[in-house]
Amino acid sequence: MIVEARGIHKHFGALHVLKGVDLQVAERELVFVIGPSGSGKSTLLRCLNRLEQPSSGSVMVDGVDLLDPKTDINHARQRIGMVFQSFNLYPHMTALGNVTLALRKVAGKSRAEADALGVAALARVGLADRAGHKPGELSGGQQQRVAIARAIALEPRVMLFDEPTSALDPELVGSVLKVMRDLRESGMAMVVVSHEMGFARNAADRVVFMDHGSIIEQGTPQAIFETPSHERTRAFIGQIQRH
Amino acid sequence: MSNWERFVDTFFSVKVMTKYFPDIAYGTLVTIELAVLVIVSGLTAGLALALLRSLGWRPVNLLLVFVVDLFRALPPLVIIVFIYFGLPAVDLSPSGFVSTWLSLTLVLMAFSEEIFWAGITSIPKGQWEAARSTGLSFGQTLMNVVLPQAIRLTIPPLTNRTIAITKGTALGTVVAVSEILGMASSAVSNSYNPSPLTLGAAAYLILFFPMVVLGRWLETKMRWKR
Repeated sequence: MIVEARGIHKHFGALHVLKGVDLQVAERELVFVIGPSGSGKSTLLRCLNRLEQPSSGSVMVDGVDLLDPKTDINHARQRIGMVFQSFNLYPHMTALGNVTLALRKVAGKSRAEADALGVAALARVGLADRAGHKPGELSGGQQQRVAIARAIALEPRVMLFDEPTSALDPELVGSVLKVMRDLRESGMAMVVVSHEMGFARNAADRVVFMDHGSIIEQGTPQAIFETPSHERTRAFIGQIQRH
Repeated sequence: MSNWERFVDTFFSVKVMTKYFPDIAYGTLVTIELAVLVIVSGLTAGLALALLRSLGWRPVNLLLVFVVDLFRALPPLVIIVFIYFGLPAVDLSPSGFVSTWLSLTLVLMAFSEEIFWAGITSIPKGQWEAARSTGLSFGQTLMNVVLPQAIRLTIPPLTNRTIAITKGTALGTVVAVSEILGMASSAVSNSYNPSPLTLGAAAYLILFFPMVVLGRWLETKMRWKR
């Protein structure tokens, strides 16, 4: 297992956002997390690289206990790529600068090594020719692909996607999904929180449905989309598909 | 003598201006020296305090905010007088120059800390999260991602505040610093003619006008597209 999260609880003050969630992700597996807004799916994702500190439970990623105070979290996070809804590129740096910052500062590469790896990562997302552009000069889809390059340049063991296409214009979604599909085919383990049900159907190994801070059910895309066993899953799938 | 001639003789007397030009020039050098020292030490101290504040250590921050508010509230002249006439009571006798430098440094430190801090806190949380998710430490994120963006945002307010406080070097005249205004007023007393003040005003313009232009230039240069 690349990711093994057990009994995750998360409280925000009086709010009980995650109520004992277990999630395992195997090597080369793409796990798709769906659920209504406020169901805790983004919070769960953020617990997997400790951007959010779980109130209790355990999170192991690639054999490292993320919640152990002795764990060097900055070192551990190199193995966990994350892509955000709003890209979060550094606006004062070029695309290449965005991709190489952590390579130089965290992975300890020289500028030349980092640049070579950075250009390679940008090439993987089809943006080698945009290396010198600032984020403000790129479209939303291109920005998100730079953000993906920034994460994969560190050669993570697992990638976390937090609604990667929600902020994009519809015609730009395809380019980002294509990069995600390529990544999946290269064997990267992925956890994707998204509303792209078409992508979930033909790319996910497993779909997890969450509601009110718990996992209601999980299974293959076919099982979840065509024969959901829970009323809440049925209601949610029904709502999504009417749009 | 016509009114016009009287006016010219009062404010633009060539004879008086020529005589006191070296004094005003000397005063200008003193003002430049004082201003550069105040800007360097004030901004450095302000940035250092803002960085310290970002560590989020509560007792330190309470003290820090108190000190900053204190020096933002007190008029610089009061601080100068307090340091110059008050410190000898504890066996420290700073010169007028040192008193003025220290006072203006404290004031610029206080105001620039607030401006730097506002810049740091205005950077979206997503920038921190993206950087931290790639394994950058708190300090690396602050120095490489947040601060460069924050400093760009702070340049316009910082330039304005720096100019305003640096002009306070004229307050040094109260504690006998031989800066521009001090030299000009003694020249006025000696010559019974206000023309040295005109020279002084010209000196201030020559000094501060480029700073205003520089601030404007930095403001446009540092802008980038989101």
